[in-house]
Amino acid sequence: MVPLWMYLAVAAGLFCIGAYGVLSRRNAVAVLMGVELMLNAVNINLIAFWRYVSPLNMAGQAFTAFVFVVAAAEAAVGLAIIISVYRNRRSVIVEDVDLLKW
Amino acid sequence: MGATEFDLATSLLAILPEIALTVLAILVLGLDLYLPKSQVRTVAYVAGVGLGLIAALPLIVWPGSPATPEGLYWGGMIRHDVLSQIFKVMVLLAAAITCLMSVDVKGVGHRGEFYLIVIVSTLGMTLLASSADLIMAFLALETTSIPLYLLAAFKRSDQKSVESGVKYFLFGAFASAIMLYGLSLLYGFTGQTNLYLIAAQLTSEAFANNPIPVLAALVMIIVGFGFKISAVPFHFWTPDVYEGAPTPVTAFLSVASKAASFALLVRFLVAVFPLSLVIGDASIHNFWVQLMAASAVVSMTLGNVVALAQRNIKRLLAYSSIAQAGYTLIGVAALQSASDVVQAQAVASVGFYMFMYVFTNLLSFAVVILFSEATGSETIADLAGLSRRSPWLALMMTIGLLSLAGVPPTAGFFGKFFVFNAAVQADLTWLAVVGVLNAIIGLYYYLVVVKVMYVDRSEDEDKPIPVSRPYAWVLAITSIVVIVLGTIGAQTVFDWAVRSAGSLFL
Repeated sequence: MVPLWMYLAVAAGLFCIGAYGVLSRRNAVAVLMGVELMLNAVNINLIAFWRYVSPLNMAGQAFTAFVFVVAAAEAAVGLAIIISVYRNRRSVIVEDVDLLKW
Repeated sequence: MGATEFDLATSLLAILPEIALTVLAILVLGLDLYLPKSQVRTVAYVAGVGLGLIAALPLIVWPGSPATPEGLYWGGMIRHDVLSQIFKVMVLLAAAITCLMSVDVKGVGHRGEFYLIVIVSTLGMTLLASSADLIMAFLALETTSIPLYLLAAFKRSDQKSVESGVKYFLFGAFASAIMLYGLSLLYGFTGQTNLYLIAAQLTSEAFANNPIPVLAALVMIIVGFGFKISAVPFHFWTPDVYEGAPTPVTAFLSVASKAASFALLVRFLVAVFPLSLVIGDASIHNFWVQLMAASAVVSMTLGNVVALAQRNIKRLLAYSSIAQAGYTLIGVAALQSASDVVQAQAVASVGFYMFMYVFTNLLSFAVVILFSEATGSETIADLAGLSRRSPWLALMMTIGLLSLAGVPPTAGFFGKFFVFNAAVQADLTWLAVVGVLNAIIGLYYYLVVVKVMYVDRSEDEDKPIPVSRPYAWVLAITSIVVIVLGTIGAQTVFDWAVRSAGSLFL
């Protein structure tokens, strides 16, 4: 059987890739994709922990289902906002959106 | 530790405000579809008055009464205690006032779905205040945040509003993903999702020597909270979002989402990482107290110092809000004391601070809304001559600013007094001193605004600013609460909060 730490390593790797994407990408849609990767890393974590730590308690599975739902809602709202940015400015590059600064 | 057997009637009563909010949301949605466009004011009044009435529900189902005993409900998802009810009342009142002061705002108040989104966000906040489970906490946090992203970007054709929406969304999604990773680790370490069961598992021998994993999870979770309460170093979104978002939305998210997040932060830290939790030789409790104290110092200092240089009133209030989060964090740091009495005082001081902050900030923002709707300007210099233009409005703004600065006889004075007092009691005198020094810096830039309103002259002094009826109500209610909390009401409310804070410690 695959040991727990391997799943956790994959999840941690995915999380770091996602975080790197968020911090380095200039396109707002790509930033959103980075966030989705991070959320999927959390899902792998939760499912692996559920299977290995407390398989009798369904909380881990339920948690994962909720993370999916929330990620979908977040993507819907986020893409809607990004579309309205595009309509206003003809660009989704984060650095171009710079009216507000001190 | 609360009812283990499931009793539907009692459980339903425990979430009565949430049920009522859902019904109100459906009602507002229906009214918005059914009524003609010209009657959108009716939708606003239904939403505002409805939220105001729902704010009385937590008082009806007060914990400790025979019908609804204190404890965990819905399989441990919800904890029904006095602390959660106080914060529920706070966010519900804040939402009600926000609805009433959005009525005349162009591009916001004339669209019925605005009120729907505010109500849904409020639903998330009430759940946040009472959640006692990792799943519930995450879900409530997102139910709060996702509508707020929409609200920030609500003026679709206004570039600033859309920009603030996208910034808020990207920062928010990133912060909540980090926090979620921390929550998943916490679940993995313990196999539990209930906040009150996690601590017991963490003390088991599995973590006997290595505190690092738990500390990593704790730090990641605090990132999420830090974002929601706009504490330094997670504050980068605050000024941009506050300036760009429609002003009623700024008011709403500066008070309600901050108050609800503080409620969960306190519950989370006290329940999951209690004083007794020592892993290896490291006291986890001590660790987060240090984090909170450090964040408090940096938030206050940065917020106040940068606020000195602001020319836009909304941006000034944004930096002031960062500083206010810092003052409140002093109260959280005061939880370091081992004595029950001092801990209860610390929790109560956080509760009181947020309670007075809700009304104070809404009062200030109501004046800003009226001014910017009438003149189209948000610059501080344009406030010149306001005392001759609309003496009452200038007086209201002065009350709000003095309360933010912490000058008696306003509520802000007692808010700061209780927080600093809790810090001194908890042997954090240095933190209280830093707080007082910061309050002095703060006083300067608040008084500059007052000076501009009263001393500076402008050419528009003969053009009074129109105040319609809902705004008059909002101004009257908030200013009276601010004054009452700053004079006769302070001690009563605080004593009551202290007694109720005991419920947090099981």
